[in-house]
Amino acid sequence: MNLEKVKSDIEAAVPGCRLQIVVNGSPSGQHSLLLDREHAFAVAKFLRDDPELCLDYCSNVTGVDWPDTEGSGYLEVVYHLYSTVKKHGPLTVRMRTEDRKDAVNLPSFTPLWRSAEFQEREVFDLYGVVFDGHPDLRRILMWDGFEDHPMRKDYVDPDDYEYEPTAHDAVLKRALEHSNRDEKAGGCQ
Amino acid sequence: MDQKLKIELSQQGIFATTLEEVYNWGRKNSVWPLTFGLACCAIEMIATTMARYDLARFGAEVFRPSPRQADLMIVAGTVTKKMAPQVVRLYNQMPEPKYVIAMGACAISGGPFKQGYNVLKGIDRYIPVDVHIPGCPPRPEALIDAFMTLQKKIDAQHLTGDLRPRHLRADTSSEFVVPQYGAHDLEPAKNPKLWNITLKATPTEPRAGENEPGKS
Amino acid sequence: MSATATGSTATGPTAIRPTATPEIATQEIAGKAAAAGDNPGELLEISLGPHHPSTHGVFRMDVSLDGERIVKLKPVFGYLHRNHEKIAETASYLAAMPYTDRLDYMCSLSNNWAYALSVEKLAGLQVPERAEYIRVITAELTRLQNHASTIGFLIQEMGASGTPLMYAFREREKILDLFESLSGSRMMCNYMRFGGCRVELPAGWLDEVRKVVAEFPRFLDEFERLLAGNEILMARTQGVGVLSKELAIQGGITGPILRASGVNYDIRKVDKYGIYDRFDFKVPIGAHGDVYDRYMIRMLEMRESVKILEQALRDIPSGPIMDPKSKIRGFRPKAGEAYGRIESPKGELGFYLISDGSPNPYRYRVRPPSLINLTVLEDMCRGYNLADTVVIFGTIDIVLGEVDR
Repeated sequence: MNLEKVKSDIEAAVPGCRLQIVVNGSPSGQHSLLLDREHAFAVAKFLRDDPELCLDYCSNVTGVDWPDTEGSGYLEVVYHLYSTVKKHGPLTVRMRTEDRKDAVNLPSFTPLWRSAEFQEREVFDLYGVVFDGHPDLRRILMWDGFEDHPMRKDYVDPDDYEYEPTAHDAVLKRALEHSNRDEKAGGCQ
Repeated sequence: MDQKLKIELSQQGIFATTLEEVYNWGRKNSVWPLTFGLACCAIEMIATTMARYDLARFGAEVFRPSPRQADLMIVAGTVTKKMAPQVVRLYNQMPEPKYVIAMGACAISGGPFKQGYNVLKGIDRYIPVDVHIPGCPPRPEALIDAFMTLQKKIDAQHLTGDLRPRHLRADTSSEFVVPQYGAHDLEPAKNPKLWNITLKATPTEPRAGENEPGKS
Repeated sequence: MSATATGSTATGPTAIRPTATPEIATQEIAGKAAAAGDNPGELLEISLGPHHPSTHGVFRMDVSLDGERIVKLKPVFGYLHRNHEKIAETASYLAAMPYTDRLDYMCSLSNNWAYALSVEKLAGLQVPERAEYIRVITAELTRLQNHASTIGFLIQEMGASGTPLMYAFREREKILDLFESLSGSRMMCNYMRFGGCRVELPAGWLDEVRKVVAEFPRFLDEFERLLAGNEILMARTQGVGVLSKELAIQGGITGPILRASGVNYDIRKVDKYGIYDRFDFKVPIGAHGDVYDRYMIRMLEMRESVKILEQALRDIPSGPIMDPKSKIRGFRPKAGEAYGRIESPKGELGFYLISDGSPNPYRYRVRPPSLINLTVLEDMCRGYNLADTVVIFGTIDIVLGEVDR
């Protein structure tokens, strides 16, 4: 698939959409297409229904956290699309949220590809991206009362174990903090 | 009873024993485990019951799906925080006398997944464990060894006296605290009656820039 | 190109069949179930799992029943969520390799390959020919033992307690012995490396493989003779849990389940990764998409795997097993990303990696076939009896380590 041609096809079919080709520097050469939030659903519908592309199979959905990019950072969702009819792919499509705090809404592709259902729930659970139009957006891996989004880069996990002696300074540091905390709490608790 | 006397009697065709011995002999040769697989180790547990390793030789092939009929819980695999309350609840539902084998590194300490935010760092934090088997996963032979260790332990239990096990004491409970799902972690994060180890090692101040994980 | 999986006719329940609806929002419950749905007071809600003998581990389904018929079924995940992805993002690329063993713990070598393939795409490494052959041999052996055990478990869940599973595990043990002599571990092989394989084959290993492969068809014949014509098996499986072609594609189903529904999509043929274009093998395709087809597809796939193994064992060349460019220490791929996938015994196993030029991956994602194949579980089960759910669930062939990661 020629990504330039796909881009121009989409622009012809979905007027007003803003697309950007994200260049991939690795030898894999899998460049991707960045969609804007407003037209993403229409673009995805085109990708699925267009007889030439016929990307009827959405294989992989995943979130990525970019806390340090562009000021306050953003969350990104990546889709890998294939065609079972034409046997081509992957077409990598990505969307970005406005920031990482409140404006974390993105359109859901579950109405188009059901295979996204659990995967989008997972991205919601672990990254905190809210998918508009998802039929059943709940936490999937963690329990319902859990408040954090553990796959984010700034997640701090609970201090819940006694650290063993190890060569890693990061672990030694946490062990020191842990034993200080235990001393404050009166030895064992 | 004196062993020498017993042997002498048996040579004369007299079989002498104690109630305690018969009781323990019966118990140790018909341990019914709970059908309870958590992760990778469960496959090795199944392999142990299959033709090549044949756990039936040790009287423990009757895996019961219901905790009400089981004597032994083999914690075979990683206990996650989401699963921990169910594990404790199942243990509480088992009738006394009941035993626990912690199979594999994960059940003992969290194993390779110890750093995980959703991984319980060892099932000992919530329920008492009788036999630990290290390994990731332990081989079927190791599980059989754990069974034999447990059999020895059962055999050595007394019916009377101060050393009698928990299920023969009126003042001890066989139920343990079931943790609740909290906002960030399980509450409580451990059962302090069972797990009260503090870190005694005094870690040195980290040296800047050296041995950071991920830097080579 | 394709072999028809069954010579049987679908004779299952004609009353209610799950209807294939492409848009999830417009799902309707057909017939009697819909009538009961209007009167929720009559429904019985059951939580099946996470501790249940038929759930292959710690899987849970919240089921609503009208009598014995399934009206609603919601899977609940996360009881084995052990943070594989998070841990992999804090460690080096190679340090994630042993964790991939523990994803789908029945098939560690396939997982190794999928991860190695993705990193090779990311870093542009070439795999030497001998290593490619070793990969094919180990992956196909993995497929053999996985499918054999899956069928064993499936029959066990239908009530044939013990015996078929014992037969399957007898064969599995032979293959595990090969893995053990190859890698040192029965289940967690950790054998492949970026750009090749870890160690050269032990002396005489290939002859041992040849022996096992030569004997395997005998086991298949025996298994098939015992099972294929069995009336109970046919009654329990034919026409049960029908999955339509459209819904299978829509739901992202991959692997034997997709092919049982009649879609000719095998990544070994589509992507031709590794050296799969050199082997002559067929892709079995089902006609009905029911449980029987899914069982039969696995039987046929094992025969095809034996064929691939025979060819690979005949052609394997000598030579190096590692790309000389590959580095064990200080491995830092250029910034970029890659998605690699293989046809694992469960379906499409993919790894999506983003590198920022540092020694550990910035984003490490596993595309788990087991999780995504469960998407349509509700549609497959709706309208059938609770006892059928166990059988339908058994043919999806999930491993919880991969579902929850």
